[in-house]
Amino acid sequence: MNTISSLRPEHSLTTEPSVSICAPAARAARHAAWVATGLAVAVAASLPWWGESSWMREFVEIACYLIFAMMWNLLAGYGGMVSIGQQAFFGLGGYAMLALGNFAGVNPFIAVPLGAIAAGLIAVPVSYVAFRLQGGYFAIGTWVIAEVFRLSFANLSVVGGGSGTTLTALRGIDKATREGVTYWTALVCVVASITLVYLFLRSKRGLALLAIRDNEVAAESHGIDVRGMKLAVYVVAAIGAALAGALYFLGNLRISPDAAFSVNWTAFAIFMVVIGGIGRIEGPIVGAIIFWALNKFFSDYGTWYLLGLGLLAILVTIFFKQGLWGWAQRRYAWTLFPTQRRLKL
Amino acid sequence: MIDTLLQGLLLGSLYALFALGLSLMFGVMRLTNVAHGDFVVLAAFAAIAITTVLPWHPLTIGVVLLPPAFGFGYALQRFVLNGTLGKDPLPSMVVTFGLSIVIQNALLQLFSADPRSLDAGTLATESVQLGDGIALGTLPLVIAVVSLACTAALQMLFDRTALGRAFRAVSDDRQIAELMGLDASKIYALATAIACALIALAGVLQGMRTTVSPSDGPLLLLFAFEAVIIGGMGSFWGTFVGALILGVVQQIGFYFDPGWGIWFGHLVFLVVLVVRPQGLFPRTR
Repeated sequence: MNTISSLRPEHSLTTEPSVSICAPAARAARHAAWVATGLAVAVAASLPWWGESSWMREFVEIACYLIFAMMWNLLAGYGGMVSIGQQAFFGLGGYAMLALGNFAGVNPFIAVPLGAIAAGLIAVPVSYVAFRLQGGYFAIGTWVIAEVFRLSFANLSVVGGGSGTTLTALRGIDKATREGVTYWTALVCVVASITLVYLFLRSKRGLALLAIRDNEVAAESHGIDVRGMKLAVYVVAAIGAALAGALYFLGNLRISPDAAFSVNWTAFAIFMVVIGGIGRIEGPIVGAIIFWALNKFFSDYGTWYLLGLGLLAILVTIFFKQGLWGWAQRRYAWTLFPTQRRLKL
Repeated sequence: MIDTLLQGLLLGSLYALFALGLSLMFGVMRLTNVAHGDFVVLAAFAAIAITTVLPWHPLTIGVVLLPPAFGFGYALQRFVLNGTLGKDPLPSMVVTFGLSIVIQNALLQLFSADPRSLDAGTLATESVQLGDGIALGTLPLVIAVVSLACTAALQMLFDRTALGRAFRAVSDDRQIAELMGLDASKIYALATAIACALIALAGVLQGMRTTVSPSDGPLLLLFAFEAVIIGGMGSFWGTFVGALILGVVQQIGFYFDPGWGIWFGHLVFLVVLVVRPQGLFPRTR
């Protein structure tokens, strides 16, 4: 009988991508993909010299949606923690960035990552409360926590209470520089987020995370620190959500509790992830592009547009459980960011 | 102070009516209905729509709405939500979250964002004098009685009847219950049907007591949820008491500063969650 233990290590679980073509061709394809990605990023980085400022603004907005959705995907699709309260960290990131810029005199562009880290620190005690609940009740519980933050900031007169306040720290900088640097910050944040999530999921810890998602008890019995792992994912997802928030309000220049802690952020993230395909890195990317396109062409319809989004999410959940990218992956074996492992015998 | 306390208890009894349905659906099939609050608002608007056509008293409408709400709940569970149940809570949550967005925007389109209310006639203005200058509104008292009756009836249904036994059985172990000849999908549908009937009642009473607007749903869901968690799972009386506590806490918060009432309610909920995550009156079935 051929048991797993008799296999040589390189023949057991590998982190190689699961493409079915032979190895050298796969390697060449991968190199080509990396070069193409590098070129695309380089072209994107030069946009401020040849593009229009409306393009940059639009990119910053998509970037925020994408990062936020990606982090929700990490939390729910990989960590198994379905939350309706990630807007708590989106708002906290925005407010932390603004407070650092306005009151501490930090350069707002540097305040973006600092604000994200500040929100990550707040996520640690918050997790202590949120982790008391599981499943569907975890989702609603996180929503309550987000509401607590919203109401707290709405009663905080230092940041303008319910009507919000303006990012005054950017006052001295001229418009073209501000838009260009905001755009670059957004680009760096997007590339960094995708890279970090990708590397994390391909690492040993990523494998542990998948094991927890699939069966918590079995994972724990194999020596995986389930609680520590969940906390790590929760904090990372919070930092990511806060990064999106800080970036959004850097581009927006104005923040209010109702905008910062709106449940719509999470609703849109769920929409993007579900449409694109949960539990895969490409999912939120595809979802964000679709969401952006729908937003561009149909958002003038207001309530009808939102009604349509809600219906679409319901239909996709019932009839396309894997989302669009999941469907394409199954049908054509497409994969941009291979994170799944295949047993080679 | 006594006045605040009594007002809080009366407010809490309305919250109890919101919470019973949520408690029932989660208890029987571990289903978290994100659209719960929106269903309450939908029922209130349905009643408002009926009053524009028929000159009935809102309480009559509340009773008339029960059968269609029951049917709606049965059909929703049987044909939509049953397919989303499973170990993964995500599909059912996305579907109910989607429903929530659909209901909110449909109501916004049909009725605009203005808050509306149901005219309860003299019932809304009458009050009962309790001496010492404390007067309780008749309508809140009626709501408290309805809420108390519903809690008692639901607990009785769960503890004493064949249907209640079936609810407990599928809740404990669906597969074994099915081996014993129960049709879980029908029992789930009945649970949601009963929950929706309770929701319809809650919606009409909410519309009579205060105003409703299309975006109120999420907040009502959070109140219902907080009541369930504070009370502890597994007992409807626990949910009822949890709702009373939430009502009193919010009323005390409102007394000190109108801006902090709801915040204070949330905070007490979080404290209970940290100190006693199983709730104050848990009863494991």
